Amino acid sequence: MSASSRPQRFHVNLSQACMSLGRRAPACLVVAALLPSAQGFAQATLAKVKKQGYVMCGVTGDLAGFSATDSKGQIQGIDADLCRAIAAASGVEARFKPLTATTRFTALQSGEIDVLTRNTTWSLSRDTKLGFDFVGVNYYDGQGFLVPKSLNVKSAKELDGASVCVQSGTTTELNLTEFFKVSKKKYKPVVFANFNDANKAYASGRCDAYTTDASGLAAVRAALKDPSAHVILPDIISKEPLSPATRHGDDAWTDVVRWTLNALITAEEKGVTQANAKSLVAGNDPEVKRLLGGEGTLGADMGLSPDWALKAILAVGNYGEIFERHLGAKTPLKLERGLNALWNKGGLLYSPPFN
Amino acid sequence: MKAMRSKAGFLLQFACVVFIVALVVFAGINASNNLRASGSAAGFGFLAQVAGFDIAETFPLPWFRDGTLTWVEYRSEGSYLLALATGLANTLKVAVVGIVLSSAVGVLVALVASSKDSPLHLPAQFYIRIVRNVPLLLQLLIWYVLLLRILPEVSESLRVGSSVFLNNRGLFVPGPVIDAVGVFRFESPELVFGGRNIRGGLSLSPEYVALVTGLTLYTGSFIAELVRVALAAVPSGQREAASALGLSPLQSFRHVLLPQAVRIAVPPVVSQYLNLLKNSSLAVAIGYPELVGVGGTVINQSGQAIEVVLLWMAVYLFFSLLTSWFVNGWNARTLRIQGAA
Repeated sequence: MSASSRPQRFHVNLSQACMSLGRRAPACLVVAALLPSAQGFAQATLAKVKKQGYVMCGVTGDLAGFSATDSKGQIQGIDADLCRAIAAASGVEARFKPLTATTRFTALQSGEIDVLTRNTTWSLSRDTKLGFDFVGVNYYDGQGFLVPKSLNVKSAKELDGASVCVQSGTTTELNLTEFFKVSKKKYKPVVFANFNDANKAYASGRCDAYTTDASGLAAVRAALKDPSAHVILPDIISKEPLSPATRHGDDAWTDVVRWTLNALITAEEKGVTQANAKSLVAGNDPEVKRLLGGEGTLGADMGLSPDWALKAILAVGNYGEIFERHLGAKTPLKLERGLNALWNKGGLLYSPPFN
Repeated sequence: MKAMRSKAGFLLQFACVVFIVALVVFAGINASNNLRASGSAAGFGFLAQVAGFDIAETFPLPWFRDGTLTWVEYRSEGSYLLALATGLANTLKVAVVGIVLSSAVGVLVALVASSKDSPLHLPAQFYIRIVRNVPLLLQLLIWYVLLLRILPEVSESLRVGSSVFLNNRGLFVPGPVIDAVGVFRFESPELVFGGRNIRGGLSLSPEYVALVTGLTLYTGSFIAELVRVALAAVPSGQREAASALGLSPLQSFRHVLLPQAVRIAVPPVVSQYLNLLKNSSLAVAIGYPELVGVGGTVINQSGQAIEVVLLWMAVYLFFSLLTSWFVNGWNARTLRIQGAA
């Protein structure tokens, strides 16, 4: 490892330099891909993370509720908190790298980031062709439409002939095309590379409708001058299971990310919160004890400390706490739990058991 | 001594070439290893796959379909290659119009800025100074937002007759379009979506107009300065000699000053044309579907980043080389004529 760590470090610094180029980052990242990369050390992300003392997470940086910079300059959201949980479980600090929809995959492939926690849809081709592992869903989303109330449109089926603003480099563009093709309606896409540019164009009336994942629409709507003048249509035209992603073949690291997410979900199911987690380490429930490291060797089996999950929960709380903090009724987004409730409360969140 | 120096120079050049070749080979091996490790399939085979996404501005391109050359307009069932070709066509649509307009703007402003008596002398100077020194991306965003603010909504379109519309979706006029089977027909724009949107005929989108306006004014300011300097660089004796021969000021400008100034100005002006072509890729910020914008979507759907970036580079390089080849030829011919005279 030590003998070969030099080219790797050179590579990482170079691709970090790339990201500062913003719009030109894809071209630069391709150059970075031409250099010796982290692929050669695919098994070693966990070791690398521990050695460097931080986890580098790819995030959007501008999507409220998922990962957006707050007034104090901190990145906040459920994706950001998942990153903090992974970092806490690994015993290191969390760092964030804002990525566009276009640069995110190259950044993960090249080793620029350790894990992609950037509201990314899990799909077959991304799993196979891009060479990623998707660890599990941290938000069940679906693509919808935002329209001005003044249009008097009640359903997406009435959008025949509309101009639709959309961000490029996402599954959204493809879903949009297929939705209109299947329903035999016409539309005109106006495609922007950047989320904020698309928002501005919609706000200035360039488009009749805005399409992205429903959670994103809530964020866009909340940021408009008069949110009450806009409405999210009831139609959801796609399945968008958003999942963190790691590089294919790095199973040890993928396990850490997967089980950190599962720990947060199990914690909610078992009533383990940021406030009471410490007191439950020596409690009565055997699974909670295994989860929090009071019993068994689950942490050591993954190459982590016994209290890995406890540290993650102390850092950000359980899944329900994270959701309420960033997306729930008390936030500007005001999203319902819906599909993102626990399996025993009518939702889809279901963690495999901790044993 | 001289022989030794040239020998050292040769060795240095040789070492440079070896170094660059080694770097390219090294990078190539790494890239293919990295791609294999990440499980992605390298190569340009993906270009034949169905793209699946829509492009806002398409027009018919000459294209092979079932072995015959015909006019094909991109639809979402088209291939990635046709999608990229449409992006390239959109780039050229901007570049060609931008080059013509920026040349006109540049020459006019240069003439005004050169004559101190003109009442427009100061505004022209002002334009050259300001526009050259504000980042192009900002100018594009300003033009785009301005256009969307100024233009009315579709329901309040400015209309000429019953078939010419101007609104925040663009300028729409009747014109020839091509249908799915490659036949041209005449079409007028029509209101759709309950009169809230418009479709059909020939149209100029706000994105296109903002991009062409921004590029024209930005490049025009550079060209103006180059032409102004070129006019100033013609020795003043030439003007005096022309007037001594009895030529009128217009004749002296047309037959004596301009030909000499053009010779000075052309090479740098052409490099401005190349800049305009390359700067058109900034359109991704304002939603105009040119080569880089479309390519970005292709990268995301196919995952073939290296291939698409190589294509981008090849296309821009090709047009740059083509332009400089053309201009070099023109330049050589001009010099020959001058030499013979």
